[in-house]
Order: sequence, then structure tokens, then C-alpha cells
Amino acid sequence: MQAMVTSSSSGLTAADEGALRTVFNVYTLCAALWLVFATFIGIVLAFKFVYPEFWAHAGWLTFGRLRPIHTNDTFYAWASIGLVGLAYYIAARSSRARLYSAKLAWVGLALFNIAAIAGTVTLDLGINDGTLEYREWVWPIRLVFLAALVVTAWNLIATVAHRNTKDIYLSNWYTIGGVLWTCIIAIVAIIPWYQYGLGQVAVSGFFMHNAVGLWFTPMALGILYYAIPKLFSRPIYSYALGVFAFWTNLIFYPIIGSHHFLFSPLPWWLQTIAIVFSVAMLVPVWAGSANYLLTMRGRPQRLYRSPAMFVLVGVLGYLIGSSQGTAEAFRSLQEVWHLTNFTVGHSHLTMYGFITFVIWGGVYGLLPRITGKQANNLLMGIHFWWATIGMIIYVLALSIGGTIQGLDWIHGLPFIDSVVNMAPYWLWRAIGGGMMFLSHLLFLWNVWFMTYGRKQPKALAVTATEAAA
Amino acid sequence: MKALILIAGGSTLVYAILAVLMGVLPGIELSKTPPGPGVESLTPLAAKGRAVYVANGCSYCHTQQVRPLPEDRVFGRPTAAGDLVYQTPELLGSERNGPDLSNIGNRQPSKVWQYMHLYDPRSVQPLSIMPDFSFLFRVVAEAPPGVTPVALPPAYAPKHGVVIPTQKAVALVAYLLSLKQPPIPGYVPPAVPMPSAVPSTPAAGGAPAAAPAFDATEGAQLFSQNCAVCHQANGEGITGAFPPLKGNAAVLNDDPTQQLHVILEGLSNTNVGGTVYPGAMPPFKTVLSDSQIANIVDHERTSWGNNAKLVTPAEVATERAKLKH
Repeated sequence: MQAMVTSSSSGLTAADEGALRTVFNVYTLCAALWLVFATFIGIVLAFKFVYPEFWAHAGWLTFGRLRPIHTNDTFYAWASIGLVGLAYYIAARSSRARLYSAKLAWVGLALFNIAAIAGTVTLDLGINDGTLEYREWVWPIRLVFLAALVVTAWNLIATVAHRNTKDIYLSNWYTIGGVLWTCIIAIVAIIPWYQYGLGQVAVSGFFMHNAVGLWFTPMALGILYYAIPKLFSRPIYSYALGVFAFWTNLIFYPIIGSHHFLFSPLPWWLQTIAIVFSVAMLVPVWAGSANYLLTMRGRPQRLYRSPAMFVLVGVLGYLIGSSQGTAEAFRSLQEVWHLTNFTVGHSHLTMYGFITFVIWGGVYGLLPRITGKQANNLLMGIHFWWATIGMIIYVLALSIGGTIQGLDWIHGLPFIDSVVNMAPYWLWRAIGGGMMFLSHLLFLWNVWFMTYGRKQPKALAVTATEAAA
Repeated sequence: MKALILIAGGSTLVYAILAVLMGVLPGIELSKTPPGPGVESLTPLAAKGRAVYVANGCSYCHTQQVRPLPEDRVFGRPTAAGDLVYQTPELLGSERNGPDLSNIGNRQPSKVWQYMHLYDPRSVQPLSIMPDFSFLFRVVAEAPPGVTPVALPPAYAPKHGVVIPTQKAVALVAYLLSLKQPPIPGYVPPAVPMPSAVPSTPAAGGAPAAAPAFDATEGAQLFSQNCAVCHQANGEGITGAFPPLKGNAAVLNDDPTQQLHVILEGLSNTNVGGTVYPGAMPPFKTVLSDSQIANIVDHERTSWGNNAKLVTPAEVATERAKLKH
């Protein structure tokens, strides 16, 4: 707890500060560039649903090659790099220590970027490992990503090991845990000798959900445990509840992967266990969300024109998206929604409404604390509203459309009817997605101005967050 | 230091155990699944086609898993564990923006259709949103000997020359046509309600008291599901690829024998109105019930200006019974 009291560091030199600042700056800039690129691809894909002839006549522009580029780059480039940058800053600050090694951080960043560039190029050339989803990069590239994780784990652990506080702040439990567990996921996914046919389906189910739930989720939760107390100037509501959520998340999450393959030839018991633990996931999800919301309670003025808005949406995205995930795991509901566009809406509610908004909240809320440069408040506000409204349109369109799609199938209509009935919803998805993409350009602009875009911080209006710092 | 080891090491140990239990062990165990009856490995050409399928991300929109649910029955029988033995990487898929392909080799065995559809999906299904795979084809002035150019309606054909498939397209079509679910001995699909309780001594020979009615809605819907991808919603077919049903002699004939025979048994290399159609039509005897076939036939006999004598389920049953001898 005492780690949270202040952001000033003990016994740190200006060089240490400079190194941490540069690492945080460059990680965030890289992530923002990847966000713009990956969501540009997303917009192209959304257009292809509306105009199938759009950019279609060459192999490297075909839908099936661009789609994994969009998903893998949002996952492993944008979100991963953005989260690791924040995790470094939080590890150093909450431990009142210097970042253990800037050099290691640069090696890690280079490896993340090499993996993402190589993954993008190979997928576009039609070199796809074939195991859906999020596992499409061929194994040498995933090995590079694994190396980036190992370097990151080392650096985070060493930073916390040299802490000048007694306790390890909760955020670091989540971020260090997330990186270490993901190393195991990566190894399990890469080793090929035990995954054939149905065996590979089982591994895919495991991988698909663990890559999300034990990488992005703990990283983002860890950031929330640091950012919310900072932005609201009060300690986390219950430290014990946070520890409880940590362990329950760890134990329940790895078991639910097979719910991606309900009604498949996977053994029925494996599917049923996955459903049972999908329900159990409500425990850490509601414990975590309640903890965050109770920390924010009664201070609405802190939300006004503040990065805390991003954090609030992120927490709600976590609560709603994860609870929705539990609902989707029931056989009765999955019968309607599985294989429809509803699941695409769900993955955007979680990866965007939760993870991406948490990263934005973290960047807007924490980056100025080390660069001394706030984002322009108006531009930050436009970014927030476009992204939020765009996401709501996106998720609603695909949730409603996906439900119609599923009911069309159940009613035994000709398949093409389900395609025709989706048309207006795909159009709305493209509109929502377009707003989201435009907001990302603003984010990139804002990051530039929080890092290198200006020489000296001008006299800025003192925001609530600054007063809190 | 102790706390760090406990948190980082302890949680990682817990996770490693869970990863082995939920990922690695099921993987090892299920990889040993034996092949189901009749499940065979791919031919080299089909295997090459599978690689094209993977490289171009077909499985982002097409599943290869038929669930044991009523709405999936149109795609085939439920996928069984033994079906996936030679399927690495697995292509079960997660989204159905297009139909399931587990049994496409049986459902749509026409090479002619597959090539047209790949070159430009809208040439056979105007409402399709599938991307075209024209980059797997070449336009040449003249097809080399032994190569059949892709049959295309004028609106979709290039202005000059003809379209021929590249090796990749040939392989991909070979793969698609290899996707045939082998029947599981002893498994009777609950699939289509088969009202086989039709009297075995049909009254077809006698004079019907009134003009037999049919379920026009079901007829139109079943036609759209099973027939329209080739014969088209307007019944005009595609010249040189799929025969028209509008004005078709077999459809207008008061004696339905030929029409019923084609639907039940399928057909290939036929001559309709002086045009030779090289494609293959799949048999529907195991897919559709007598009353369903009667509704489709009657839909065809009363649509697009056709006006021919209606058939009854009993007549279909009679024709079906003849096949068995």
C-alpha cells in the first residue's frame, strides 16, 4: 500500500528517470502506430463485407489474408507493446525503483516489433500456420515473440526485486504473472509433436482463450490497480479482494478454453467443464470490477474531462464483456450465437471496450506524469467520444445482426438469407469501425504531443488528475 | 525476495500444472483418435489444395464442423472425432459468414460450378459476399489443349479470351471436392423428416378427385436452398454451365418420370435443348423426402411461366421405389 502513496522516487538519478521516460515514450508510440495500422486493416475488412469487390483482385489484398493480420497485430503488436510499456512504468514507480535495464527493454521492444512485422508480411504472402485463432504466425515468428516475453519477464521481475518498498504492489502480481504465464502458453502452442487432428482442436481451444485471458486480462487488470488509485487519489477499495481475484482468475481461466468448441467432436466432459468454469469466472470478474468501481465511487468530479473516463469504460467493458462471455458459454445460448457475428461483437467489446480503453486510460493518465506534457484536453475528449460511440455502434450492430443470423439458421432459411439479413448490420459495423479508426489517429497525435511533439510543457490548465498527482 | 518467488513462481507453477491438464494432456490423448470408417488421407493434389485453402484464410468464413443441432443438418451429418484424423492444421473454424464445407464434395460436386464460383462467386450467386479468387485464374487467348476454360456467363467473362484455372485453383477445387463425409455404419441421420408412410399402392393411376395442391412456400424455400445456386432463382440456369428449368422439356412433360429420376439420382453430361452441360448434379434421394421433392417439382412446374401437371408425394414414392429394383 505504501507504494501507492507517492510518485516521487527515492534515490533515483535523473538518468534513471530519463531512461524510464524514453522507454515508456517509445513503447507507447510504437503501440499507437501499430494500433493505427492494425485498425486500418480492420476498416478495409469491414468494407469488404459491404463491398466484396473492394480491393479483392490480388492475393495480398484478399480478405482471408488481411483478417489474421488485423487480429494478430491488434493483439501482439498494439495491445502487447502498449501494455508492456505501461507495466514497466508501473513496476518502477510502484517499487520506487529504477527500471532494471533499459537495454533489455529495447531488446524486448525490438523483438516485439520484429515478430509483428514478420508476422504481417508472412501472413500477407499467404504463409499462415492455419490453426485459428491468434496462432496464425508460423512458429519461428512466435518464437521471437516468446523471446520478447522472456526478456520482458526478466526485466519486470528484476525491477521489482530491486524495489525500495516492503511489499510488492498488487499491479506487479498481475503484470509479472501475465508475462510468465504467457511464456508457458506460447511454449504449449509452439511445440507441434502432440497436436494432430482432434488433439490440435483441444490445444486450439486452450490456446485461444488463454492467450486472451492470461495475457491481456491480467496485464490490463494490473494497470487498473495502479491507474485508478492514482486518478482518484485514494487507495484501492480492497487489497484482499484484489488478491482473491488474482488467484481465482488464475485457477478458473485456463479451464474454460473448450467453450469455443461446444458441439464439436471434443469430448463432452471437456466441453461441460469449460461451461462450468465459465460460470465460475463471474467470481473474479465481479470481484475485480466491484473493487475498481468501489474505488471510484462518490468522486464523479474526478471523471470530468479526465483520462479516468477511459478507465471507467475499460472497467465497464471488463464487467459487461466478461459476463457476456459467461452467458455465451451456455449451450442453449451458444446454439444461437456460436459461429455468428455475435462473437465478433463480443471480442471487440472485450479487446476494445476493456483492454484498449484501459491502455488509453493508462497512457493519458500516467504518461504525462513522467513527460510533464498533458494531451490537449479537447482532442482527448474527441478521441474518447468517437471511440466510445463507435464501439457501441459496432458492438450493438454485430450483437443484433448476429442474433438474427443465428435465428435464421434455426428457422431453416436458405443460408444466403442469413447473409442478406446481415447486410445493414455490416454497414453499421463499418460506420462504427470508421469512427473508432478516426479516433485512433487522434490518439497517435495525442501520444506524439505527450512525448516528443513539443519542446517544453506550456502552462497547462491544471486538471483534476494533475492536482491529484 | 521470498514474496516475489512465492507470487511469481507459485502462480506460474499453478498455471503450468493447469496448462498440462487442460492443454497438453487432452492434446496428447485426443491426437491418438483413430480414423473413422471410410476416413482417408488426402491425395497429394488435394493436400496441395488444402494448403491453398489455409494460405488464403478460407476458414475465417467457412467452418468444417457440423454440430449435432437441427440447424446444421443441411450441411451433413454431425462431425465425428474420427473425421479429423488427417486434419492438421485443424480447420474447424469459428465463424460462418459462408456455409459449412465439411461435406461440400457431396453437396456441390460440380467442378464447373466450383470454378465459376471461385473465379467470381456472384456469377452463380448474385447475393454472395465472398471475395472473388480471380487471382487463382489466368485469362488467355485460347485454352491450351486438355484444359477446360471456366464456363462464365457473358456478364462475368473477360472481354477477350477465356479464363483458365492455375495449378492452385485446380488443387483447391480437388480439395473441396474431396470433402465428403463418409457414412457412419449404423448411423441413421435424424436429418430430414421422411414421411415414408405414403401408401405403397399409390392411387396415382386413378383419376384424382381434384387438382392436387402443394405447399408453395416450402417448395420455393427448398428450391432456393437446394437448387438455385446452379439453376438460379429465375430458373434460367447459366448457358453452358447449368441447364434452364424454365421451358425445360422434362419439367413441362406431364409424365414426371424423367424429372423425378434426375432429382433422385443426379445427372451429369446432359444435353438440354442442344447445349451440352458437362457438370454433375448431385443425387437428392438421401437428402430430401418424397413430399419435399414433390413440393420442389411442383414449384418448378408452376414458376417462371411454366405451367405443367403437378405431381404428388405418392408419385415420388413410386419413382423412388423403382430405383431400388
